[in-house]
Formats: sequence, structure tokens, C-alpha cells
Amino acid sequence: MATPYIGVPIQRREDLRFLTGAGNYTDDLTLPHQTYAVFVRSPHAHARIRSVRTEAAARCAGVVGIFTGEDVAAAKINGLPCGWLIHGTDGQPMKEPPHPILAQGKVRHVGDPVAVVIAETLAQARDAAERVAVDYDVLPAVVDSVQALKTGAPLVHDDVAANRCYTWSIGDKAATDAVFTHAAHVTTLEFQNNRLIPNPIEPRAVNASYSRADDHYTLYVSNQNPHVERLLMGAFVLGLPEHKVRVVAPDVGGGFGSKIYLYAEDVVLTWASKKVNRPIKWTAERSESFLTDAHGRDHHTRAQLALDRDGRFLALRVDTKANMGAYLSTFASAVPTILYATLLAGQYATPLIHCEVTAVFTNTAPVDAYRGAGRPEATYVVERIVEAAAREMKIDPAALRRRNFIRSFPYQTPVALLYDTGDYDATLDRAIEMADVAGFPARRAEAARRGKLRGLGYSCYIEACGIAPSSVAGSLGARAGLFEAGEVRVHPTGKVTVFTGSHAHGQGHETTFAQVVADRLGIPMDDVEIVHGDTSKVLFGMGTYGSRSLAVGGTAIVKALDKVIAKGRKIAAHLLEAAEADIEFTDGQFRVAGTDRSKAFAEIALTAYVPHNFPHDKLEPGLNENAFYDPSNFTFPAGTYICEVEVDPDTGIVRVERFVAVDDFGNIINPMIVEGQVHGGLVQGLGQAMNECGIYDSGSGQLTTGTFLDYCMPRADDMPSFQVDTRSTPCTHNPLGVKGCGEAGAIGSPPALMNALTDALGVADFAMPATPQRVWATLQAAQRKQAA
Amino acid sequence: MTVKVSMTVNGKPAAAEVEERTLLVTFIRESLRLTGTHVGCDTAQCGACTVHVNGQAMKSCNMLAMQAEGKSITTIEGIAAADGTLHPMQEAFRQNHGLQCGFCTPGMVMSAIDMLNHYPDPDEATIRAELDGNLCRCTGYHNIVKSIQAAAKTMG
Repeated sequence: MATPYIGVPIQRREDLRFLTGAGNYTDDLTLPHQTYAVFVRSPHAHARIRSVRTEAAARCAGVVGIFTGEDVAAAKINGLPCGWLIHGTDGQPMKEPPHPILAQGKVRHVGDPVAVVIAETLAQARDAAERVAVDYDVLPAVVDSVQALKTGAPLVHDDVAANRCYTWSIGDKAATDAVFTHAAHVTTLEFQNNRLIPNPIEPRAVNASYSRADDHYTLYVSNQNPHVERLLMGAFVLGLPEHKVRVVAPDVGGGFGSKIYLYAEDVVLTWASKKVNRPIKWTAERSESFLTDAHGRDHHTRAQLALDRDGRFLALRVDTKANMGAYLSTFASAVPTILYATLLAGQYATPLIHCEVTAVFTNTAPVDAYRGAGRPEATYVVERIVEAAAREMKIDPAALRRRNFIRSFPYQTPVALLYDTGDYDATLDRAIEMADVAGFPARRAEAARRGKLRGLGYSCYIEACGIAPSSVAGSLGARAGLFEAGEVRVHPTGKVTVFTGSHAHGQGHETTFAQVVADRLGIPMDDVEIVHGDTSKVLFGMGTYGSRSLAVGGTAIVKALDKVIAKGRKIAAHLLEAAEADIEFTDGQFRVAGTDRSKAFAEIALTAYVPHNFPHDKLEPGLNENAFYDPSNFTFPAGTYICEVEVDPDTGIVRVERFVAVDDFGNIINPMIVEGQVHGGLVQGLGQAMNECGIYDSGSGQLTTGTFLDYCMPRADDMPSFQVDTRSTPCTHNPLGVKGCGEAGAIGSPPALMNALTDALGVADFAMPATPQRVWATLQAAQRKQAA
Repeated sequence: MTVKVSMTVNGKPAAAEVEERTLLVTFIRESLRLTGTHVGCDTAQCGACTVHVNGQAMKSCNMLAMQAEGKSITTIEGIAAADGTLHPMQEAFRQNHGLQCGFCTPGMVMSAIDMLNHYPDPDEATIRAELDGNLCRCTGYHNIVKSIQAAAKTMG
């Protein structure tokens, strides 16, 4: 029996380099004759550019080149594209105003790049950038999506009326509205899903170079999908031939969505590297990350749930205003539509759902997918309103959820998705047991004796992962397919190099994928290497986001492995003088069924490359296969989170006393890595609920949370340790039976915490984030009201 | 204006001519090409640049290279044994999945070693409080806390 690799918590092979300082992040790279770029950015949220004067800067020591929006326009460089075309309810395509790589005519958010200064050293580039004189005619700014829609609001783009990018809807509006006229109970909630700033600890970084010798560009970039970066930049913006551009995303220090996108800096440096004929490096300062990385969330939502007198959900209707920021980022338009409204069924058999979404331009940084991307917003709507309904109707919140669970699969929701499998009772049961819900009243009473307020909240989330079946994505507006590619190169000695289009930036693919390959081929894991992140090595790739890597990228590898095994059987049949149909492959041995005659995988590999007596009309030499996998459906991870908080009314501090997460991710390859993904997601979700909020000043449009001193990142002492477990219903439509685990924590946890907090405070609603100051103020106001 | 700075880094003498405004972290990364020490912010909040200066954890973005003149600096590259055996703290992070993307990791490990110098047997609350100067966006801190608890056992 071969060594088992599936379901085993194998230590990560990535860790040695990261723990010894031997990682290779983009900023660690220094190329010969490298120069440094500094961007001159708008200090205003909204202004016309009267002039950009660069003469003084050009005279500074060490300056190699300065480029402005005029240079970009003269070079006829296109704007940054959006990869998803939404058609509105009026049948019209969304508004796609230009997104120039250096501002032309107007700046539209603080941090919008106006010019780039390239110099011999970083210090020289900084000094010279200070001398670029930009004359602005400052305009009124609007930062909030609801305000931006109002008559008379400043127009972010002069030709986009009412700042409306699109109004889109899904579901049967008339049938949904009709239910609300006679429902026994209607619960209504309005809330804002707070703007988040992703903040991977590695800032974005770029190192671009051009070789005159072969007319090749090389772009090192901290990015989650180097092939997509190359395609968008080459084909759509710079018009460079794809085969002349190499994009490398080496070790990447976290992404969480913010490094999916094609950014202006990537394009500017690539273009300018030929102009100055030198490599150019740019690494974002953290303040630039805050101002220019794509942000997440920022929805205003009104939701209503109609129930019958027994608490059965009859209909859900939702109206959302989604802030797009100043420009459409790469996938921005898909997030509040396809990735949001389609998840509003949650785990429940709600027969009618209608959702209308209006996407709005504002003078803020672009908003795009951030860990969860639409699904956290949907889960927040569903799980907050279900909990609120339970309290209003005095039904136990777990019982109300159970009364409405989907139990028959496959299940077609009224909002487009087809759930293939799940067992929502199993995750809820296990979570209730682990959280000792039965003991909660005693804990609450004990807390009350200490003067503390204790509350408990549930969240039963679902998400759609493994994005995406290309046919579905295409019908919903995607301008690209969302398959994945993999290649398995078997070397003559039986060692294996696997090339994957997925990209790891913390997820441990080099380990997990090697486990899959070693298991499938019955060879030691040490004989397998996983290569990713370089367009000159990997044949193609759509990259990593939407918890798709194992479900889609892993399946592409499995398909390629199956081809390797199929060819191996042919070779074995030839060597063993048996019929191909009689060759079995188990535990790394090709065996003639029912006999002890066999050839090991390494022997077959060697023969493939030393084919002295191959029948060449039937068998090609070599053992190298690739595969593309386009999933037939999304995967649907789901689970139950239970949060228990304690509030100190004297300080407003909220402590998470218990947090239980029970997830169904289907089959699990490496449980250690999966648990780590859950922990990280939970803290990003709890960070949204308790700490984080990207705030723009409504008058000036300045980002007032522009550093780690102002934007409250979760720290170790804000967070608890977690109790996590899994229950599994394997995915029915991929060979690994896997669903994806990267985003669940961030999706499921905010409503669990807010349900616990509102339970503790005895209020119907509370806006995220529940900072001590805001909690304290609410309690004080309640006391004053009581006294009055 | 440039100035010559010299110090001991990972047990070896290190010297370079640098601009006066050069930060210690820039000296380490650019002059010495020891790129394991990372820069994650510009306000001394994230702790990715943490090194030891005369045995004490310091954020190397928060002092000038000149201020380290004559001092002994240890970076993440300098804590494993000469034969490559990992420091017990590195080993504990590996055993307990205390890292994901790896970017905050060098700072975390250097801070954690210093923490155990002050608190050889810390409880969870102490570990969490002492990690206040280091941000991690991947792990949710759960496994970092576990790693430090495990290291305290092996090092104690």
C-alpha cells in the first residue's frame, strides 16, 4: 500500500524558505541597471488638471524619465479594461468610462496617479517627484453611493448621468412583491456593508524591464493571476504581442483579491521600461496601498423577508446600492451582481427572491473583489434578516433556520444557482454541540452577575466557489472563460514537474497539489514539484480567486494525470505484451490484471524517453500531458458559525468568548492547511464586524483611514482562538470531490458576530464595525432614553 | 551626504557608505541584500521588519542605519544553526502552520523569540498582547499563538 497523502496534515514545503528569509517576493528582486519609480498622485478627490509642470523635476539629480497623462495619450495607450459586462434592467450595457493609466483632464479620487518619475535611486525619485508641479481646479466630491445618485450630486465622469453605472436585477419582481401584500409577517432591515481595505502585508510591487535584443518585456509583479495580467495588459491596453511579454508573480505576500487586478502602475512601468531602456522597480508604500489597492464591500442595502405564521420563508426582496469607486476595476461589475444576488437564497428554500442592484461611481478608490466578494454581502443580508425575523416572531433562531433548510439536492434556487449537494443540518448540529448552546443561558446569567452583557449569534452561510463554468459566466457577462490549465511533465527518472495556472500567495498549493499528484501516481511526494506563477513556464492560467484553485486548478491537474496514466498503460501493455485493457494502475504499478507481472511508474517513464523498441505508428515517445478544465457547475461550500460575545458596558469593548466554525468543504486534501484558511478568513470577517472600516470624509473626499494607525487591522489581542470542525458532502461534479475553503471564514463570520452582539445589547440592529466607541455610545443612548 | 556605517550582522562585520537618511531596514535589504527582513508599512505598525539589535527586538524601519553603528544585528537569516537546523521558534512555526504567505513571518519569528526572552512561559493572553506590534493578514493569529506556545515548551 502506498503512503497515504489525501486527508493528511502534511507540513508545507513552502515554509522552509519563508522561515529562513529565503522567500523571493517582487521587491526582493534587484535587476542590473535597475531604476526606481515614484508616482505623483492626486491629493484631491476630484479636480480638473490645469497643468502638469515637470521641468524642475527633470533637472533633479538622477532623474531618468518623467511621464504624464499627456505622454500616455500621445502614445495612444488604452485605459484599463473591465472584464465583466453587465447589462442593466433597461437592456443597456453598463457605463464604462475610460480609466487612464495616468490621469487625463481630471483626477477622480485621492491617489489617482498623475505622473511617474523614474530615477537612479528611490530617494532621488522621491525628491524629484516633490518637484512636479500640478495645478488643480478642485471640484466638489461625492464619496457615498446614495448621495452620488441624488440630483445635483457632483458627476465623477462628466458623461455618466447620476453617476449610475448600471441598475441590474434578478428574480421575479411581480411575484415577489405580490407575496408581501399578504404575508403573515414581514421583517425589514436596512444596513451598510462597510468598506474594507484589503491590506495584504506585502504591498503591491512591480519590476518591469525590456530587452532590445529580442524585443521582450518581463514584468515581475505581486499578482494572483499572471496570465490574465499579461492578456489584459498586452491585448487590451498596450497592444503588445502576448508572446513577447513574460509576467512572473513570484512569492506573493497575500492577495485576498486585491492582487487579481491589472493596475495602472503595472502598465506604466512596462511601457516606460522600453522608453528608458532600463528595468524599473516600484513598490507601494502602505499609504499608497490604502489609496489605490481596490477596496471591498461598501453596499447600502434594504432587505425584506416575508414569512408565513409558522416561520416559513415566502419571499425575500433586496435593494442594494453598490459603490464602484471612481473607475471600474477588473472584475468590479460582477461583484455586486453575479457574486452577490445569486447567493441570496442562502441555505433556505425561499421560493421567491428579487434583488435590484444599482452600481454607482464615487470619488473613492475603485471597489472590487475582496475575500468573499459579493458572498459576504449576501450572507450578511440573509443571516441578519433571518436572525431578526426569529427574534421578532419569538422562534428559536436555529429552529427557524431548520424549518427552512434545503434538504433535497440538486436544488435550483430562484436566483440562478443549482446547488449540487449539501447537508445543512449536519453542520448546524455539530456547531450547536461544539458551542454548548445548551449551556449559554447559564453563561449569560453568570456574565450578568459580573455586569457584562453576553450574546449568542448564528450564521448559516453558503457560497458559490470554483468560479466558474465558462458557459454560465459568459451568459452572465464575463468577457473571459474561467477554466484552468495544468501540465504534468514526467521526467525520464519518474520524477514529476507539474505546472499549474493557479497561483499561491499563502494557500500552500506547492504542498496540497503535490499531495494530489503523489496520491494519483502512487509515487513519493518528494518526487513531485509544483510550478506556478510564470507565464514562460506555465502554459496558461486563469489564476487564483473565488476559492477556485483546488476545485478547478486541481481538477485540471487530475485530468492531465489521467492522460499520463492512460499513456502509461499503453506503454505498459507494450512492455508486458498484454492488451491495454488488461493493464491496471494502482499504487504506482502498472500491472497485468490477475497476474504478478507489473512495471513501476518510474520504469514506464524511463521507457517513454528511451523508446528503443516502440511501435512508433501507435506510440509516441515522451510522457508529458496537459489539460484544461472548465467546471460544469460552481461548488457550494456551506456551514454554520456560532459566535458568543461579551460586552463590557463601561468601555464598549466586545470580546469574542467563543467562536465555532463547522464547514462543509467536501473532501479535504490537507486538513492543516484548510484549518489555517478558515482561521484567516474568520479574522478578516470578524475584522469587518469589529474593527475595520474604510472611511472617506464626505466633504473633502479624503481617506481618513489611510494608515495602520487609523484603519483598525485586527491584531492578535483583538481575536480569540477558534474551534473548527468539518462535515463533508463531496462535490458531485469534480473528481476530487472538493469545494474550496479560502473564503468561507470571511463570508460566514460577520453576521455571526453581529447577531451575537445585537443579542447581547438587546437591539434590533447595529452597524458594522462594532468598535468600543460606537457600542459604548449606543448603550449610553439607550440608558438616557430609559431615564427620560 | 553619505556616511560610513559599520556594525555586526548575523555575527559578521558589515559596513557600507550610505546616505544619512538611510533606514536600518534599507541598509539590511539593499546594502547587505538580506531580503528576509520585510517592509509592510510606513508607520512602524506592521512589524514585518523586526530584527534584533543587541538582542532586543526592534522595528528596523524605525531607526536609521547610523543609529545601529557598532551594534550587533540579528536578522531572520541569522537564527538557524550553522548546519541549517532551524531555530526552535522557526521549527515551531513550521510544525504548527504558523505562516501562510510568509511575508510577516520573519518579523513574527524575531518578535516571538524576544517575547520568550521576557516571558519564558507565556499564557495565551500574554502572547496575544505581546504580538501587538506585529500584523498578520493570513493566519488569523490562531496558529501563530500555537507556534509560540509550542516553542516555549521546547525552549523552556
